[in-house]
Amino acid sequence: MTTAVGQSVSRKDGIGKATGATKYADDLHFPGMLFGRTIRSTIPCGRVKSIRMDFDTSGFTIVDYRDIPHRNVVALIDEDQPYLVETEVRHMAEAIVLLAHEDREKLLGANVVIEYEEAEPVFDPERSPHSFKDITIEKGDVEDALASAEIVVEGTYRTGHQEHVYIETNGVIAVPEHGGIALYGSLQCPFYAYKALRSVLGNDHPLRVIQTETGGGFGGKEEYPSMIAGHAALLAVKSGRPVKIIYDRVEDMVATTKRHPSIVRHRTGLTREGRLVAMDVDVILDGGAYSTLSAVVLSRGCIHAAGPYRCDNVKIFGRAMFTNTPPNGAFRGFGAPQTEFAMEVHMERIAEQLGMDSLTLREMNALRPGDMTATSQVLKQDASALECLQEAVRRTDYRRKREELKGTNRGIGLALFYHGAGFTGAGEQRLASKARLDLTATGARIMVASTEIGQGTRTMHAQIVSDALGVPYETIEVAQPDTSVVADSGPTVASRTCMVVGKILERCALEMKERLEGMTPAQYHAKHGAFSIVKEHIQPEWMRWDDDNYQGDAYATYAWGCDVAEVEIDRDTYEVRPVKVTAVQEFGRPIHPALAMGQIEGGTVQGLGYALLEHVVMKNGAMANPTLTNYTIPTTLDTPELDIVMLENHYDGGPFGAKGLGELPMDGPAPAVVNAIRHLGLDLRDIPAIPETLIACASL
Amino acid sequence: MKTALSTLEMRRATSVAEALEILRDEPRMPIAGATDVYVGLNFGTLPELRYLDIWALDELRTITVNEDVLVLGALATYTMMVASALVQERLPMMIEAARQVGGPQIQNRGTIGGNIANGSPAGDSLPVLAACDAVVVLQSAGAERRVKFTEFYTGYRKTVMRRDELVVAVEVPRVSGRQWFRKVGTRAAQAISKVVVAGVRGEGARIAVGSIAPTVIRLTATERALATGSLDEAMVALRGEVNPIDDIRSTADYRKRVTENLVRRFWTETA
Ligand SMILES: Cc1cc2nc3c(=O)[nH]c(=O)nc-3n(C[C@H](O)[C@H](O)[C@H](O)COP(=O)(O)OP(=O)(O)OC[C@H]3O[C@@H](n4cnc5c(N)ncnc54)[C@H](O)[C@@H]3O)c2cc1C
Repeated sequence: MTTAVGQSVSRKDGIGKATGATKYADDLHFPGMLFGRTIRSTIPCGRVKSIRMDFDTSGFTIVDYRDIPHRNVVALIDEDQPYLVETEVRHMAEAIVLLAHEDREKLLGANVVIEYEEAEPVFDPERSPHSFKDITIEKGDVEDALASAEIVVEGTYRTGHQEHVYIETNGVIAVPEHGGIALYGSLQCPFYAYKALRSVLGNDHPLRVIQTETGGGFGGKEEYPSMIAGHAALLAVKSGRPVKIIYDRVEDMVATTKRHPSIVRHRTGLTREGRLVAMDVDVILDGGAYSTLSAVVLSRGCIHAAGPYRCDNVKIFGRAMFTNTPPNGAFRGFGAPQTEFAMEVHMERIAEQLGMDSLTLREMNALRPGDMTATSQVLKQDASALECLQEAVRRTDYRRKREELKGTNRGIGLALFYHGAGFTGAGEQRLASKARLDLTATGARIMVASTEIGQGTRTMHAQIVSDALGVPYETIEVAQPDTSVVADSGPTVASRTCMVVGKILERCALEMKERLEGMTPAQYHAKHGAFSIVKEHIQPEWMRWDDDNYQGDAYATYAWGCDVAEVEIDRDTYEVRPVKVTAVQEFGRPIHPALAMGQIEGGTVQGLGYALLEHVVMKNGAMANPTLTNYTIPTTLDTPELDIVMLENHYDGGPFGAKGLGELPMDGPAPAVVNAIRHLGLDLRDIPAIPETLIACASL
Repeated sequence: MKTALSTLEMRRATSVAEALEILRDEPRMPIAGATDVYVGLNFGTLPELRYLDIWALDELRTITVNEDVLVLGALATYTMMVASALVQERLPMMIEAARQVGGPQIQNRGTIGGNIANGSPAGDSLPVLAACDAVVVLQSAGAERRVKFTEFYTGYRKTVMRRDELVVAVEVPRVSGRQWFRKVGTRAAQAISKVVVAGVRGEGARIAVGSIAPTVIRLTATERALATGSLDEAMVALRGEVNPIDDIRSTADYRKRVTENLVRRFWTETA
């Protein structure tokens, strides 16, 4: 029996946040603290010729690459990105010099004059001479199948940058401590920052990273904090004083990562009745100037590129291209929103060309239990594409509406999608995450590096432990992640925090329960004192993954969804207003229904912004509209009525049957909206579908 | 880069007379609701170091009718206008405009005087004032003058107002005919206009458009064509007098076509 799981218990962080008592990075002050500032490149490509401090430098700490004690490289995958430019500038807003001062105004007033030798930048990923990563997924014989297909449909689909717009901008404080550094920061992955600091400072200094209360991340605080953490640490080491760096919104938008723009080409072969027989997909992502996480974003994007459909002959070829723009990085969905967008709009176009209804086309081809994905993974019983589709169609009376709205200013469209939970392939095995549970005098304390960034990590973990241990939810505490005390449960990304880390915690709690031998934690503690349980992730033994050929079980399980969007257009202004969105999503089961609902609502609205409003205007390799005035995310008035449905189909490998949910809701809204706009008679294939794009669209 | 606040200095006036004396003696930038001023300070775009807070001048926080002229005091906020029966009766298109400014917080603080003096071509009340032949009342120490709203702006964010003057009110003569307003913003709220149209259809047509030129403009050629000819002829005239530009919020082509569509809609809906 569960008493916490499945209930919308009060959030562990609820009172502090609701009363304003919670302290974020910018609320923290340390004695003797300086403020840090980053001097950035103002050209997209070239070399630094000279640097001159055009101000009174007294009281300033000044750092350039020569001050780096160890390696000038942000440790991530390919290790190509420097903390500070030595001579070569690869993008706008690249960090060159760091300044610190105790007076913020003096700091902002300092003028650093940098002379450059400019070179010709590359902005178009299709013209780029350099790919960070190529991926090929191949099953069957695509060329053969295309040649003999009764019908072949081709199409190209594009998506733009997207900015995370977490409410709290990036910020950290580096504090000298015991001859080393304690780094406090707004971040998703304390151990990533730890590893990055090791690389820049070397192994001689004690180090710890403490996550401060974090006002949102969406992937934007996965890898980027490693950069700003390194900068603050360098200033702190040189000055011997605590240094705080908090970006303002403009700096955060101009300098930090965004969602990768994409160009996806499809060539699809079908039978006349609409069965998929060949899918040839070409994926191009704009990686920006350094590789950062592009290889893994591309990987997830490619794996999801054939959509939730069965087809015997599939070839997916993906590349993440270099351009002279700030590196793109992790963002909720991690490549899948881009490729699933292309697939779902393409399905609509296939149906148009076959003269059949797109619902029947999807029903016919949707992946069912026992079917094989593009990577030849055989799906188990926890695959729910059809259930999601059918429920969405039923609730919205889709077929009737689709007929009824024809020729009006309202359109209705749909998208079917799925999202793999956890790291790809052998990723979780390599990561070998650990969780620890400590017995306390009153209950238990969760000791993991998984971060609460607004999504409810603490609450959800405490619910799982509470029920597995059989003690009240209120007696479970959750430690603030501090790398010197918590277990490395891996990064808070990839929809893995509930399914993977939650499962390890469940196992910790079950073992703790055994050790208690029927006693309550208080009784046991009084008698024997405290103890800890540490457990490591166990990869399901059936999982096989071939990383060289991208074949096998890409994910332990998938979450599934179907979104229906109803939109209204003003034919004079080409403004499109979403009227209603129905989101049917299956992610195992909700541990906390209210929080799960919040994830779906928030992700859906973020997806609507991606579809209709959010336009990063790039000029000379930099974002030209880096303000909340001009980069428009949806307000409440831009948000339609949302009908959210949570279907259950338990996954045995997750805690209490739960899968991952965080990213799934991001995959569906954009294609559903674009398909609804197609229903209005506009041949739209790109997002953002701003009115300026729509007015130039051909009619169908 | 943010303006260094320690370099700024501000005085507060308690009466219009005092405010005008202060301005006579030294140039200072007035601050009304500060909704534009704060944005400027945050981005460091205001060269000004000295300010004069006029928020306390209740004399300017009035909405009255005087000899059949609606007088909006400079400190009338959007919220006040929305709640005013006089504005509702005489200038309903101003209420539509006011309701769509920013959000409730901005509507509570932002003033009509600030919108006029700030002079952004995207100011949402400006087409309304231009279309109804409003008059701006300016005062300086010991003097007052009235300037036709359509002659108030001389260029992008440039006005005929002198540094020793304050906008104290804007006067709107009785508007006969049907009023029409449409804002096309970047989203449903907290949006800057990409095209904003106000129209009055009485004897003839009076049409003003914001965000498509360095200042709000009256479509005089279009108005003339509508008075004498067909809607299609008016569209030809419109294409000749509307020459918007591309910027980070929209494109010239979009602005031009949407202006055309909206003027058409105005004419059809007010027929
Ligand atoms: C979030 C946000 C949303 C907004 N949305 C909109 C919108 O939708 N539509 C829109 O049109 N505007 C919008 N604005 C802009 C702004 O709110 C309006 O222009 C408002 O009317 C300005 O009035 P204020 O009293 O705040 O002016 P202030 O900021 O106080 O002053 C603006 C300028 O006018 C001058 N000034 C003010 N009063 C006088 C006076 N009586 N005499 C002489 N000079 C004077 C000041 O010196 C300054 O140069 C928005 C602003 C923000 C911050």
